[in-house]
Amino acid sequence: MTTAPPELELATREALAGLLLSVADDEFVIGFWDSEWTGIAPMLEEDVATSSIAQDEIGHAKALYELLADLTDDDPDRIAYGRDPSAFRHAALLNHARGDWAFSVARRYLYETADRARLAALARSSHEPLALVAGKMRREETYHLLHADAWRRRLAEASGEATTRFADSLRRLWPDAQEVFAPLVGEDTLVRDGILPEPMIALHRSWLADVRPILEPLTGPLPEKSPSADGRERRTDDFRWLHGEFTKVADSEAGALW
Amino acid sequence: MVSQAVARSAEGRVWAELATIPDPEIPAISLVDLGVIGSVSVDDEAVRVELLPTFVGCPAIGVMREQIGTRLASLALAGRVEVEISFDPPWTSDRITPEGRERLRLSGFAPPHIAPMAVSAGLDELAIVTVAECPYCGSTNTTMENPFGPTLCRAIFHCADCRQPFEQFKRV
Repeated sequence: MTTAPPELELATREALAGLLLSVADDEFVIGFWDSEWTGIAPMLEEDVATSSIAQDEIGHAKALYELLADLTDDDPDRIAYGRDPSAFRHAALLNHARGDWAFSVARRYLYETADRARLAALARSSHEPLALVAGKMRREETYHLLHADAWRRRLAEASGEATTRFADSLRRLWPDAQEVFAPLVGEDTLVRDGILPEPMIALHRSWLADVRPILEPLTGPLPEKSPSADGRERRTDDFRWLHGEFTKVADSEAGALW
Repeated sequence: MVSQAVARSAEGRVWAELATIPDPEIPAISLVDLGVIGSVSVDDEAVRVELLPTFVGCPAIGVMREQIGTRLASLALAGRVEVEISFDPPWTSDRITPEGRERLRLSGFAPPHIAPMAVSAGLDELAIVTVAECPYCGSTNTTMENPFGPTLCRAIFHCADCRQPFEQFKRV
């Protein structure tokens, strides 16, 4: 892969590393939560779809961990499988266990719409390797968003228990969904250098403008909540369990190649 | 120093060799017809190939890389073979050659629909063109059953005329 231009200042490199880690961890963790549906989704088509989406997301994480490893002279597999749960930087939205189907759809919808806003910005990044990967990811994410949106409609229009469960899940996840846009360490530097073409708070506003009018007829008014400084630092028992699952193979034979 | 003419003919040999390497997931089509070879260059030191993944997380990339390495090394054109993964330009389904599209069709895959893909549409105007021509009977009276299929790059359709399920190489 392409090596980062050596002229990046230390502070910029550190901030860029934080940005790459945040996006990569989001994709990695949601990919593993999705993979929990493999074999037990409500129908065969969804078994195939969630498994395929999970594979895409983990593939995106891999590409981003590789960019990060180039930047920090690290090993992508170590970053993915060799970290303590506390070192992960995914948004609080991704801390929750898979839950029921309505909960998974609610989370996927919130995440995909937020990810769409973020990727649109990253595809314009002045850091070319990131812009290229983000541009390529966007084409695949269109399918994910379409899938999430089709299920959003289906559950919203189903009435009865399906709709109630979906609306409850959206209300429950709403505060943590804001944290996809949690401020990054060194964000001012990233914005100044065009690596992050828009500050997180601006991306947050445009995401809210997109999703509020779609969700509120179903959920009622969704509370105003700004992304918090520790929105990517909180970890839960649910996540620690998932971490145990996805590191199990790597831990069973240190240094093995697969 | 390799002269330009010699380098060009060496590059021609590399392209010809790559055209005989099948895609690991759909062996009916070669890597060249699939459009995943971004560029080829040959000098005294190395044969360099840029490989453009169809999907960022395509699990066949490792296999492709290995096969390219082995096959090109056997041509003995330079000291080593370097296969670089690149997203510049990004692979899109429009890179599949006309021959590749025909080969896909002959092996029961609908080739991807050619049309610009809206990646920036608003949330309320999201649409993926779900058009595919049945590779068996040529009918367009088909429906997309699932935009996700057995591999990342395949979608599942059904033909209402010949009642045959079939796969489409996804448009991205």
